[in-house]
Amino acid sequence: MMAVAASRRLADGVVCFVGIGLPSLAANLARRTHAPDCVLVYESGTIGSKPEELPLSIGDGELAETADAVVSVPEMFAYWLQGGRIDVGFLSAAQIDARGNLNSTVIGPYDKPLVRLPGGGGAPEIATSVRDVFVMLRHSQRAFVSALDFITSVGENVRVVVTDLAILEPVDGELTLVALHPGATVEEARAATGWELRVADDLSETEPPTTAELTVLRTLRTKGAAA
Amino acid sequence: MPEALLSDAVRDLVHDGDTVALEGFTHLIPHAAGHELIRHRKRELTLVRMTPDVIHDQLIGAGCARKLIFSWGGNPGVGSLHRLRDAVEHAWPRPLELEEHSHAGMATAYAAGAAHLPFGVLRGYRGGDLSAHTRVATIACPFTGEELAAVPAHRPDVGIVHAQRADRKGNVQLWGIVGVQKEAVLASARTIVTVEEIVDELEPRAGAIVLPCWVIDAVCLAPRGAHPSYAHGYYDRDNDFYRAWDAISRDRDRFLAWMQRHVFETTDVAEYHKSLGETVLA
Repeated sequence: MMAVAASRRLADGVVCFVGIGLPSLAANLARRTHAPDCVLVYESGTIGSKPEELPLSIGDGELAETADAVVSVPEMFAYWLQGGRIDVGFLSAAQIDARGNLNSTVIGPYDKPLVRLPGGGGAPEIATSVRDVFVMLRHSQRAFVSALDFITSVGENVRVVVTDLAILEPVDGELTLVALHPGATVEEARAATGWELRVADDLSETEPPTTAELTVLRTLRTKGAAA
Repeated sequence: MPEALLSDAVRDLVHDGDTVALEGFTHLIPHAAGHELIRHRKRELTLVRMTPDVIHDQLIGAGCARKLIFSWGGNPGVGSLHRLRDAVEHAWPRPLELEEHSHAGMATAYAAGAAHLPFGVLRGYRGGDLSAHTRVATIACPFTGEELAAVPAHRPDVGIVHAQRADRKGNVQLWGIVGVQKEAVLASARTIVTVEEIVDELEPRAGAIVLPCWVIDAVCLAPRGAHPSYAHGYYDRDNDFYRAWDAISRDRDRFLAWMQRHVFETTDVAEYHKSLGETVLA
């Protein structure tokens, strides 16, 4: 449902910076349904990738083989991302706050972390260089927190947060519940959020996945994945 | 004629305490060279890598590193690096100092190093907490006054990359996802390149990078030397290995046993592959 909801937000023709996992699934779903001209850019340097199978890593060979162009990593970040050529950037994290700031660096103090996470990678500049940031993150008290342990990337360009329960959008700068996925309730979403989650007056329900979407999702299997 | 045995090149060109950049963005990761650093028990290294993954987990767990300069340290598509986490969270087998950047910052620092500039400039590190914990400064554009980030250039003592092939003179050709390897080589004082094969003549390839022999100190034959990473046109990424590494690396004793069997008890990349069993390979 997360991939379906996120994919519907991708307009045809947008250029999007895709991370591995759910964002890759969402962008590839969009490309095979309503947005055939959506351009997939992976930070490993591949522009216009059209993978048949979902890659496990952002540098899988198939991404290069099916790309319109392959550029170096310095070029990717300088000319394409910083150069303002990317419309949409997908991000995820371990934690998010009500402003859309994200933490993928540490849990606990930076110098003595309880959990050392992988780190920001491309996120700090993706968050400030693209027009629209899409966040995909499973809804839980652990992830949706009132205060981050570390701000890895800032939330100023976050337009939508897609969770397994709902869709949140910023209203006056604060992430607000605007849609629920089929079967989810406001109480559930609130219980899984570490701040007092506001609910939009015109709260809607996400349309269930269509047959076409489900068919594409089934064919997009992760390469070699057992899961 | 820079052709050399990998073991000799690592012994002679890498010294304890050096800053060493092993690069590869998912593709062409110099695993065989990393194993050689471990076999030679190099110590007190400052390791530079945008995306330290399994080979850096092994280097860190084997106690080779004093410091890591990086932007994303994980097992791509799988999760955390448990040896990296153990070093940072519990100082095992020794404390590990971190200098953390963003990808854009690391790429800019390599490009500045290759260009022999003292620092690189980017529109980055804005708003978050990272700038307070790393080596980055704010500078004003002398023409417009715009505030920009400055990162110190990477100038590693040794740059190590893996490539598809070299010719007999030692000119190196690599293609596919080329990452930051060209910059890492040109930024480094000394360079080692491992290759899948050495050929009489390099046929032109679309999108390929050629590194001339005179910027390389040692070209070392290491077939399948990127495994479990891949070499475009030669073999695929061993995704099963990356998944398996999660369990191997989670436990200190299991990690040490794996290192003993597959790195310390093997002498080169061929023996390493033999120790893994041919079935593991793509």
